Amino acid sequence: MTGFLGKDFWMRNETLVALVIVLFCVFAAISDPNFLSVTTLSDLSRASIVIGILAIAAMIVLISGGIDVSFTAIAVFGMYASTKLALAIWPDMPWPLIFVMSAGIGALLGSVNGVFIAFFGLPTLIVTLGTLSIFRGFLLTFIGSQRISDLPPAMRDFSRGVLARGTTEAGYFYSIPWAILALVGVVVLTWFILSKTMLGRAIFAIGGSVESARRVGINVKWTQFFVYVYVGALAGLAGAIHGSMGRMADPFSLVGTELSVIAAVVLGGARLIGGYGTITGTLLGVGLIVLVQNSLIVIGVPTTWQSVVVGLLILLGTGLPAWRAKHAASGNA
Amino acid sequence: MNRANPTIAVVQSPEFRLFVIAALVFAFMSILSPDRFLSVQNLTSMAFQFPEFAILALAVTITMMTGGIDLSIVGIANLSAVIAAIILTTFSDPAMPVGESLVWLALAIGASLSVGVVAGLLNGSLVAFYGLPPILATLGTGLIFTGLAIALTGGSAVMGFPSSVAWLGNQQVLGIPVPLIVFVVLAVLLHFILTRTAFGIRVTMFGANPLAALYAAIDVDRMLLKVYVISGLFASTAGLIIMSRANSAKADYGSSYLLLAVLIAVLGGINPYGGRGRVIGIVFAVLAMQFLSSGLNMLQFSNFARELIWGVLLIFVMIINTKNWAGIFVPMARKPGKTS
Repeated sequence: MTGFLGKDFWMRNETLVALVIVLFCVFAAISDPNFLSVTTLSDLSRASIVIGILAIAAMIVLISGGIDVSFTAIAVFGMYASTKLALAIWPDMPWPLIFVMSAGIGALLGSVNGVFIAFFGLPTLIVTLGTLSIFRGFLLTFIGSQRISDLPPAMRDFSRGVLARGTTEAGYFYSIPWAILALVGVVVLTWFILSKTMLGRAIFAIGGSVESARRVGINVKWTQFFVYVYVGALAGLAGAIHGSMGRMADPFSLVGTELSVIAAVVLGGARLIGGYGTITGTLLGVGLIVLVQNSLIVIGVPTTWQSVVVGLLILLGTGLPAWRAKHAASGNA
Repeated sequence: MNRANPTIAVVQSPEFRLFVIAALVFAFMSILSPDRFLSVQNLTSMAFQFPEFAILALAVTITMMTGGIDLSIVGIANLSAVIAAIILTTFSDPAMPVGESLVWLALAIGASLSVGVVAGLLNGSLVAFYGLPPILATLGTGLIFTGLAIALTGGSAVMGFPSSVAWLGNQQVLGIPVPLIVFVVLAVLLHFILTRTAFGIRVTMFGANPLAALYAAIDVDRMLLKVYVISGLFASTAGLIIMSRANSAKADYGSSYLLLAVLIAVLGGINPYGGRGRVIGIVFAVLAMQFLSSGLNMLQFSNFARELIWGVLLIFVMIINTKNWAGIFVPMARKPGKTS
């Protein structure tokens, strides 16, 4: 360690991503002085709540050495099924109950992934690819394929709830929704599990090496099972928030965004081979992706180039560390 | 272990199980709706439908044999189609004499196949020289290719081709649909490459054990480069067929084909960790999927139910293939299930 930054500070993905974000903001502020305002900040934070929770979920799976592509299907399933159930049995159901229900459904679906991965030992990509079609197909065939814009009143109330609102001096309106607290809650809970409990140690350990983890006495199966159930619950919660904030339960939304969520996580430094990933990095990655998706036009890049930029960022963000690692390995050999 | 008895080896192989599944689905659908499922019209329309995603599945197959994956196939297919479409609509018009329009058609096809080669070179060099995990490299390049196609077209469809373009996707030669012929040629070619050439053996060896392959003095970087170029070429061929069948090109055609192609490759018995798989498995997997979806269509199932059944089929086949039943009951006896 050299000083308080740590000797690898300048080499970390987090630093790189943060630098790119700062550069982006500087350019944006130069081309449009209004960019640096509370309004932009509140818009961006609003846009990053759902993708943020999903990214935290995807990060845990990556840390445990797997990959999950089904979480968007779980999110939509939880959101749509719980909305429909609430409308059918108790339209005035308070929103916390709806959210808990959605998270519960998510956990249940996550446990399906968990059973196949932990107990049947099937490859995670294949299982979640299969369950992605299963969950989505089941939802659209048996539960419904109509958009519901008549949400339970409590969900609409939730979307109206704000922590702070106001008007800037320039006359722009801003508001910070309650939902941001859900993201904060998920971050704190996940941080606690990952760095303060044996369970968190176990998740990192099986991501590093399944065999070593088993030999030090970690129950690999139940740890993996927990990971997929927890991810399912987070996805269900994210789905319910997505539905409330969009004021519509749309069974066709979210699915298809799973690769950009994973891209955000990977940009933040989590490794596909498992055993490494930080919450700070993931949140920075989410910030960068949201920034590119919403504000590219501000720095003068047409919106049609958006996916080219995201693709380049992924290649740079993962290419630099991989290239360095390759050089380091051949240097030592 | 089955070398002593070749018949048992054949019957026990995942490909044979898949053949049985495809045959069962075919028989089942024929019994449920004999007059419609077995009609010439249905059989021909099936033969026109599956080659485009089957060729994409072949592209995934060769990358998966090395333990990698190519998530950029749909991006490559669409970018190639868009480039070909732009050449055709800019330089050629329906009123042109046939000979002249054929020259432009040949140029357009050449250009779009070169796109496939360049895209494959990019993927291959990212994987081989920069050491990126294939999932991430091709995820990133896939976004770039799709993004370039969007930027070139502004997101709208390119159309208005000379009539000769429709030949590739919609005509029959001796009663056999042209796309099917293309698929069969490519499948035979890939089978030949994988089993009868030194390159194919190297691909399989590397997939089975990368370190051993490196110590066996295989030029791994060159081999990976070739693998991704082949995958890119197959993808742009599929793109041309899609363009011809749709009579237009667009940046977001066939976006559901990516997961479908991966699903078919895995269903077809290709080991996602590399080193094992046969092209014939892909053929049976594609047939099973196509029989299933045409049949379900006739039985008035929705597209969504079809998706559900595909997913169930995938996991069902994986469970049968791994035969890891002991692992469920005996906590210590299991293989590490790790994806990279």
